[in-house]
Amino acid sequence: MSERRCTNVILAGVGGQGAVLASKLLARAAMERGLPVKTAETIGMAQRGGSVFSHVRLGEGAVSPLIGRGRADAIVAFEPAEAVRQLPFLRAGGVVVTSDVPVVPVSAATGGPAYDLSAIMSYLHEHVGEKNLAVVDAAAAEAELGTARALNVVLLGAAARAGALGPVTLDDLAAAVRATVSPRFLDLDLAALHRAKGTVTFARSCVQK
Amino acid sequence: MHREFMMGNEAMALGALTAGVNVVAGYPGTPSTEVLETVARRRPEGVYVEWSVNEKAALEVAAGAAYAGARALVTMKQVGLNVASDPLMSLSYIGVKGGMVVLVADDPGPISSQTEQDTRTFAAYAKLPILDPSSPSEAYAMMCEAFELSEELGCPVIVRPTTRVDHGYEDVLVAGPEEWAHHEAEGFVRDPSRWVIFPALSVRAHAAIERRDAALAGRLSGYARNTVTQTAGPDARPRLGVATHGISATYVAENLGEKDDVRVLRVATPYPFPEDLAADFLDGLDEVLCVEELDPVIERALVATCGRRGLTVKICGKLTGDIQPSGENTVESVGRALDAFLGRQTAVVPTPAPPTLPVRPPVLCAGCPHRASFYAVKRAMRGRKTLFCGDIGCYTLGNAKPLDMVDTCLCMGAGINIAQGVTHVEPDTTAFAFVGDSTFFASGITGVVNAFYNQANMTLVVLDNSTTAMTGHQPHPGTGRTMMGQVVEKVSIERVLRAIGLTVVETVDPLDLDAAVSAVRRVADEPGVKAIIFRSPCVVLAKPQSTSAVDAERCVGCQRCVRELGCPALVPDDATGKVRIDAAQCTGCTLCEQICPTHAISGGERL
Repeated sequence: MSERRCTNVILAGVGGQGAVLASKLLARAAMERGLPVKTAETIGMAQRGGSVFSHVRLGEGAVSPLIGRGRADAIVAFEPAEAVRQLPFLRAGGVVVTSDVPVVPVSAATGGPAYDLSAIMSYLHEHVGEKNLAVVDAAAAEAELGTARALNVVLLGAAARAGALGPVTLDDLAAAVRATVSPRFLDLDLAALHRAKGTVTFARSCVQK
Repeated sequence: MHREFMMGNEAMALGALTAGVNVVAGYPGTPSTEVLETVARRRPEGVYVEWSVNEKAALEVAAGAAYAGARALVTMKQVGLNVASDPLMSLSYIGVKGGMVVLVADDPGPISSQTEQDTRTFAAYAKLPILDPSSPSEAYAMMCEAFELSEELGCPVIVRPTTRVDHGYEDVLVAGPEEWAHHEAEGFVRDPSRWVIFPALSVRAHAAIERRDAALAGRLSGYARNTVTQTAGPDARPRLGVATHGISATYVAENLGEKDDVRVLRVATPYPFPEDLAADFLDGLDEVLCVEELDPVIERALVATCGRRGLTVKICGKLTGDIQPSGENTVESVGRALDAFLGRQTAVVPTPAPPTLPVRPPVLCAGCPHRASFYAVKRAMRGRKTLFCGDIGCYTLGNAKPLDMVDTCLCMGAGINIAQGVTHVEPDTTAFAFVGDSTFFASGITGVVNAFYNQANMTLVVLDNSTTAMTGHQPHPGTGRTMMGQVVEKVSIERVLRAIGLTVVETVDPLDLDAAVSAVRRVADEPGVKAIIFRSPCVVLAKPQSTSAVDAERCVGCQRCVRELGCPALVPDDATGKVRIDAAQCTGCTLCEQICPTHAISGGERL
């Protein structure tokens, strides 16, 4: 129970942001390394604009496809509120890599709770800890790449550089992109993996990685 | 054999193909849908596959194939089994010749369903053997075993995965097409004493079933997937036991280590229950925790085993409040229950209360024609006493604010009959029943016949987006395509309705708001049963022509578009109150353009 060798990663976002595709990419990258992989994700009703997540477990020692609370090594979030929503799953000392651009739901404009971005960001800074939090400037990445479509890949690249994906490296991800992404989007996704380097604002000591 | 990274549903499809399945039928439903889709994608020449009109039809098609000696698979979700239960209950008595597997996906939570029913309970009720896999790899292997067992016993066998097995991915060792079995069907052999159900046959069959299941229970105690293991090794003498199954067995494994001294029973065949194995498991134990999802099936069976065999073992679980009685189990819910049962202390890291987070209930997509249909009816009926009966599909999401257009939703096709029932009690209500095109074919038509025959007064609204959208865009009788890839004549909803006898049947594009509103007003005021067909393609499938944009000069920030339509592409600016359109989501449906009081929105082009 205590000594599992696998790396537990949670990908979180909003339906349509590509969480499922990102988990496939990450799984593929790990399998290229010869690691066994288990994943679990949201499919169905929740895809219609709802919160979505993928649990990805890389390496030996995973039995269940779901990660327990407090047992995730990393949370990679395509949207900051979703990072906070998944935070109970993060282990002590775990890493969070998140986009800083909110996706505001219809409910916030039609009587539901408002989207308080500054409260959400300061909660992340306070409770994840500066050295374990990497915030990706998603607007800058979008401007560089000319589209928001590859945000999922941008975040994966940032997570790999932050060392959040365990044994999976940026090169593994690039190999997985080459193996799985259709030629039409290949250049975009490779650029998203690599060019995003300049758009990642790591909180203090993460910058060194 | 080779390894492939795949979803449990894909693994079960490949399992069926490996077993040489000949005929596959099903009706889409989360979390089961990908099984049949995978069969269709990977089937070799000679394997027949269809999306049937509903689960009852699918089960009967599969049964017919199995009567003729073919290996047949039928797939559905748990509530689909309710629809298919009539043929299944009788088929249990009649039996099959070729192997027949009934794959029913359960949905603990529920995540995407109306009920948390347990197909393990249903299997015992139907007196049919059931296999309960714990992982995609095991589900793959179980499909082959289920076909063998079905053929040997001459009855259908149920395979019951749950959502986390269906939609969990792992690398699975699978056979390649060259290794797949080839099953030659003998053909249907006429024998009325075997295939025609009569009370005399049922008397004999019931007795035979009881004998068979009693013998099978004994045999299943030796089935390799029903296991007893010990965390502290085979020589330990634990006093505590855990009984579990399916995906919950993996949560138990995640929470037990060598330091714990526990015996674990995993039940892969909840019916017939392997009682001899269970008795071995119970031997020497003081107390057992049953870790189950959905019904306390194993728990009840263990209580019965103790009673029958005079064992004094305390059996805990859902019935004693030690396991949550409803909802999905998780790694931590099982961990907490095990901590309490084993008297362990696990450090809990408290998470400080987070700030208020936005809520994200699922919503209709930007540009969804259902939004326009609901809005047209809402606008046309403003100020009148109305009833809006909904149904199962994407359009159930019409319940969300600001549309708020679903007063009832029960099960597939129910809305049409519910509307009739309410108006018998409240004749002054203008009643509408909304039904999607796939649901109309699945179980809506009988409701319309009932309404027409019994002189009801109601408006049927068919939301025809020419696909089964909610489950991932499967074809249906109205689409003119089959799962075998044929282009066939479409079944016309208009002609079906006219053939029933309806004289008022109007087909309208819901995105033409004025035309839609006036059609609703006109049709609703006709007497009797009448219909509006709102026809516009699902925006997930259609390619948008252009997107709408807001002229910030003309936008006065009234936010009428946001308040009335709730389209996710309409984004109000917190500072100015003006609305911006998210071009990444907008499909150019023009609905917001048509309701903007200052004509500030333009540029869309409706499909």
